[in-house]
Amino acid sequence: MEQDPLKTYWLKVYLWLQGLWLAKGLPLWGFELITMVLVPAAIFGFISANTMFLIWLERKVIGRIQNRIGPMLAGPRFLGRISPWFGGLLQTAADAMKLLLKEDILPARADKWVFYSAPVVVFVGAFMTYLVIPFGQGMIVSDLNIGVLYILAISSLSVIAIFMAGWSSNNKYSLLGGFRAVGQIITYEIPLVISILCVAMLAGSLKLTDIIEAQRNGWFLFALFPVFILFLASAVAEVNRSPFDIAEGESEIVAGFYIEYTGMRFAMFFLAEYASTFVAAALAATLFLGGWLPPVAVAPFTWVPSFFWFLLKTYLMLVALITIRWSWPRPRPDQFMEFGWKVLIPWSFVILFLTGLGIYSNLLWLVSLIFLAAILGAFVAHRSGLAATTRVQKVTI
Amino acid sequence: MIETSTVETEAFEVNVGPQHPSTHGVLRLVLKLDGEKVLSAKPVIGYLHRATEKICEARAYFQIVPFTDRLDYLGSMNNNWGYCMAVERLCDIIIPQRAEYIRVVLGELNRLASHLVWYGTFALDLGAVNAFLFSFRDREKIVDLLELYCGARLTYNAYRIGGLWMDLPEGFLDKLAVLVDYLEPKLDELEDLFTGNTIFVTRTKGVGVVTKETALAYGLSGPPLRSTGFRWDLRRDRPYSVYPKLQFEVPVGKQGDCFDRYAVRMQEMRESLKIIRQCMDTLKPTGPFRADVPLEVKPPPGEVYCAAESPRGELGYYIVSDGSVKPYRFKIRAPSFSNLCIMPELLKGVTVADVIAIVGSIDIVLGEVDR
Repeated sequence: MEQDPLKTYWLKVYLWLQGLWLAKGLPLWGFELITMVLVPAAIFGFISANTMFLIWLERKVIGRIQNRIGPMLAGPRFLGRISPWFGGLLQTAADAMKLLLKEDILPARADKWVFYSAPVVVFVGAFMTYLVIPFGQGMIVSDLNIGVLYILAISSLSVIAIFMAGWSSNNKYSLLGGFRAVGQIITYEIPLVISILCVAMLAGSLKLTDIIEAQRNGWFLFALFPVFILFLASAVAEVNRSPFDIAEGESEIVAGFYIEYTGMRFAMFFLAEYASTFVAAALAATLFLGGWLPPVAVAPFTWVPSFFWFLLKTYLMLVALITIRWSWPRPRPDQFMEFGWKVLIPWSFVILFLTGLGIYSNLLWLVSLIFLAAILGAFVAHRSGLAATTRVQKVTI
Repeated sequence: MIETSTVETEAFEVNVGPQHPSTHGVLRLVLKLDGEKVLSAKPVIGYLHRATEKICEARAYFQIVPFTDRLDYLGSMNNNWGYCMAVERLCDIIIPQRAEYIRVVLGELNRLASHLVWYGTFALDLGAVNAFLFSFRDREKIVDLLELYCGARLTYNAYRIGGLWMDLPEGFLDKLAVLVDYLEPKLDELEDLFTGNTIFVTRTKGVGVVTKETALAYGLSGPPLRSTGFRWDLRRDRPYSVYPKLQFEVPVGKQGDCFDRYAVRMQEMRESLKIIRQCMDTLKPTGPFRADVPLEVKPPPGEVYCAAESPRGELGYYIVSDGSVKPYRFKIRAPSFSNLCIMPELLKGVTVADVIAIVGSIDIVLGEVDR
């Protein structure tokens, strides 16, 4: 693997510090021990700050969509004066602070230990996935050779936590939410795994850095367009985000599994949801949009630090997810399961087969093109069908 | 199927409401659930009961108008209208043409505002948040105009027995023209968001189907009745005011499911705009806006039942007069109440998510149900 010497600042900083440490005559294990504490702490800090920023961003983006300006008061005022779209930067921090000070209520006859540990499990599960996310060249905590598998395994933890929360709260709404979450996450894990399998087949590795390197000659978005769609659909369902947030179902089962949680325990669920949304977007950026690779490998683009490209792509994905989230109605749970088992899973096998065929015959671009045409065709047909239905209504009504 | 499940399951009861984000007020639904499936549903009402009918029986006729505002607080104009019309019919008062036209404009504006609130909350019930804010953006403009006329944004108290409380203020008609031109494309925009959305269509098509016969048996009225294909609109079939002179369609659905109720209301909004457009020209020359009626009307002894087509259906007032300044008996036939009665039958066997969609699509206002 070719390492760009200019880009590996973090590795350089690490080696430089290590050199300083060793020059003092101190033992190597001491340095490793310190990094073992400091690096996770730094990651944790990044995750928290990033999650808070993400929540603020979401509120601003939906504010823009919904003809309002979103939070304005918390945070540096001068930013708000420059443009309302910069105001309220510290709103999430203020909200988190408020939640910290709230009373921690244990519902009557709740299963105490399960109830208390559920938010911790979901929090840990969401944050552990960050260990293998390649934020930039050389900016990865642990470059596991089964990185993708690791993310899938860890993110499956969340379903256990959600069911723990739903079961232990002693509330019928949360029980319903728990039921829904289990069914949903188990269903949508299958197409998710298959979509990642297609990527692994093409890249020839489960290691995330290898997958990125494999995209030097072109993003997998183009080669694996149908897989990208499949991945997006199942990833949104997997992280429990609207429109597939049937486990929360705010207007139906109020808040679903976390209805009984207050204060910081609620905040942990909330932060975990955004943290895993970020991971889903980061994974989409890594698997399909070339991760930290610049869009074009020519001069001005290659000067930009690699983590900038990664964050840019991830945030683009996030804004897309946010827009979808607030615009679409939520499907009914049974229809949603039906869609998963009867449409998405069979199609994912077809896509897997076609991808394999495409890789074998070197005609992957053709498969992608056909799918793109099919989706565009379906879209056009849908739009014209829509026009037809409205016309019909106007006539018959 | 070889063998049905041997796992023992237990039905459980869930109280949806009175505090629940999707019950539109203080409706309480006692649902008996088997997992997600509803075995039986029982609406429990009365949380907003204010004894309006009894209070009104202790008030003079002119004092009752503001009480009607508070029945269906989204359709106050139409509530005022029904009541004033009932008293006018009881006393044989003929009101000036101009007042009738102003009443039609205000009433239709109010219907638009009410349907827009319904659109937004229905979208919210289904989980789409943006649509709610879009519809409220447009409703805001209507409410601003109504505020210009009567100073209130929700409980208007604008109609009087024999006419209106005042003439149209200066600039009202210009603003009305601007508003109508603004709303026309916005309605397309709102419909674009949902009419073709696959998730929306699967959520609503074939859900909560009401047949024509059931609808009539339960006394449904308004959009829920029209969605079944039964063409019944008091503005057309029991014409009042100047509606016979106006050209408009009465949209009806086909199957009486949630989607048809949605489609009927969307279409009704267009028809309302059409009606307002027709009235605008006749309003330009000024004239009397109120018949010469004493403040304290004393209707002759007798009784009257008079109904207006409110945004929710047939809003009827039954008034018995004993010749004094107060009604002897004052009864309100609230459309939301009759429309709510079908819930136990409609909700049997659907899932929890459908309960919310059906309740939302029927569009009830609890202020009117409980009175």
